[in-house]
Amino acid sequence: MPNTEYYNDKVVRQFLLAAAVWGIIGMSFGVYAAAELMWPALNFDIPWMTFSRIRPDHTFGVIFAFGGSALMGTCYYVVQRTGHARLALGRLATFTFWGWQLICVLAMVTMPLGITQSKEYAEPEWFIDILIAIVWVSFGAVFFASLARRRIQHIYVANWYYGAFIIAVGLLHIVNNLAVPVSLWKSYPIYSGVVDAMVEWWYGHNAVAFFLTAGFLGMMYYFVPRQAKQPLWSYRFSIVNFWALISVYMWAGSHHLMYTALPDWVQSVGMAFSLILLMPSWGSAANGLLTFNGSWERLRTDPAAKFMVMSLVFYAAATFEGSMMAIKTVNSLSHYTDWTIAHVHSGSLGWVAMITIGSLYAMAPRALGKPEMHSRKSMELHFWLHMMGTLMYVGSMWTAGVTEGVMWRATQPDGALTYPFIASLIAVKPMYLIRWGGGLLILSGMWVMAWNLWHTADDARARLIKPIPVPIPEPVPHQVPAPLPAAG
Amino acid sequence: MAYKHFEAIEKHAGLLGVLIAIMVSIGGLAEITPLFMAAHSVKAPPGVKPYDPLRLAGRDIYVREGCYLCHSQMIRALRAETQRYGHYSTAEESVYDRPFQWGSKRTGPDLARVGGKYSDQWQRMHLMNPRALVPASNMPGFPWLARATLDPADIQARMRVLRELGDPYTDADIAGAPAAVAGKTEMDALIAYLQGLGIKNEPQPPAAAASAGGTP
Repeated sequence: MPNTEYYNDKVVRQFLLAAAVWGIIGMSFGVYAAAELMWPALNFDIPWMTFSRIRPDHTFGVIFAFGGSALMGTCYYVVQRTGHARLALGRLATFTFWGWQLICVLAMVTMPLGITQSKEYAEPEWFIDILIAIVWVSFGAVFFASLARRRIQHIYVANWYYGAFIIAVGLLHIVNNLAVPVSLWKSYPIYSGVVDAMVEWWYGHNAVAFFLTAGFLGMMYYFVPRQAKQPLWSYRFSIVNFWALISVYMWAGSHHLMYTALPDWVQSVGMAFSLILLMPSWGSAANGLLTFNGSWERLRTDPAAKFMVMSLVFYAAATFEGSMMAIKTVNSLSHYTDWTIAHVHSGSLGWVAMITIGSLYAMAPRALGKPEMHSRKSMELHFWLHMMGTLMYVGSMWTAGVTEGVMWRATQPDGALTYPFIASLIAVKPMYLIRWGGGLLILSGMWVMAWNLWHTADDARARLIKPIPVPIPEPVPHQVPAPLPAAG
Repeated sequence: MAYKHFEAIEKHAGLLGVLIAIMVSIGGLAEITPLFMAAHSVKAPPGVKPYDPLRLAGRDIYVREGCYLCHSQMIRALRAETQRYGHYSTAEESVYDRPFQWGSKRTGPDLARVGGKYSDQWQRMHLMNPRALVPASNMPGFPWLARATLDPADIQARMRVLRELGDPYTDADIAGAPAAVAGKTEMDALIAYLQGLGIKNEPQPPAAAASAGGTP
């Protein structure tokens, strides 16, 4: 059988480039927003430069533009490699790339102009939401059609996580964004008050669960064994964790609304499931870390492996913290404070960004037709910039959060409150400066990565890349799906 | 479970997809369905009316500017909170809030009952330049609100959509909207909204409710 089928790495390279660019843009917004909290005059009284208008650009930029591009790119890479088949529906895959970029640009332009639903992490208005739904369904179609034409009968676990990520995010997005438009720029959600709050945090929490966790676990389950150069520590354990994770996560959203007007039973159920959630979370982290057993020496030579190991450590730490913060007693102190910000960033900078960067460093040379990244030294530099930045960020925001929590509840012996609100802001101002510094380090690390990728991509830019042929396995007897002939 | 029972799922993409969809739906359905049912029984208490045209415009400006990113509107049932901000917030108070604006972060204080705490003039000066009144504040200024005037037709369109969604606006309410917002700036609207927050809608014990008058 002549081998004429090649992997579709073009769309992977496009998403790789987009991830690098959006990473820098999204984090730049973050650094600027952090500076505004320190020096509020930095909005120069211009509407679209104001903190409250650009903060959604930071969250959308890093979660959906940077994270989304990285997830879709690696997903297309992984589903081809694990199935030994070229991506299905090539033109639709190209459409998902351009469609997603259009969505990101539209969202990032409209939100600072005040065109927003003001639902956290679901800010883009209805017309962008419809585009998101269309592109997301297309993404799902490409993914599942590619799975259907795989040549390896068994579906590798990374694809399970990518599959759950696609199905759940589609569901969450559509349910949370149901709204009636007033005009092109304004809509009202069909839910109000307490129901809107529950739907929004069911969405918000599970965007964390399925976008920032399941998707990136898919990335982890493919690239960690690849980089450790040995199989997963326990395949069966990864499957057990999968079902536990996807079913338990959906119950835990109400822990964002402790002691609020949400009915008490929903709060308690949310807390209970948040505690149970610790088990599959630590299970996944342990499985990833133990995969490095026997090849820990790679940490000395391979910065990509270093990023991956640290990401798993942060994943374990952040999920432990999350479960603890879901305990009502802890939540009464931590909620509304910068502790939440610390928690989110230990998850996003520690876990999500590090597994992404590690995976991009692992995938980029392969997708760009090079034996390795252009500069190993700059990968090392990036690791330390990112690491120090994350520690500064998370450490300062923990301190600020606990300070606020304690000051807000402090009372005098006669029962009167000790501090006016402004006292807590004055107390945490120095922490805002340290946080900004940490953000700067992380952003400069992203520039180092972009420079490194640019030089790794010089063959791709000169169009010298040879497409990689698909290794076509011998069909096994009674193979399901039936063996595909190789096709260009 | 022996592997042979599980093998079908690991080898059939369609079956895997269907099972994932079922597993992820259970949790959300279990928590949100009862709330939907309960939402029909949550009726607005006597003091809670749909936003009048000016306050509605103000609320939409609050939403547009993203104030929820630094200010919560949800006083939790904790002593230190009720002492600082007033009676804890209840579900009935936000029945007309689309979207809800409970927030998740307090870079500034909670605003659920800020209405009447400061004068209109204080609010105006504070929104123009917060540091003129609170030197240590890190809130941005919003001076452009004072330069933009409201569009009456737009407010009416908004009220019509809200009525479709179930808010009890009458034809007279909508017809009267242009007069209510005539000549008003976005700043006026936002201040009207802020000054109405938590006014006359605190849950009251039955005896006290009778004597609750118009004092803010």
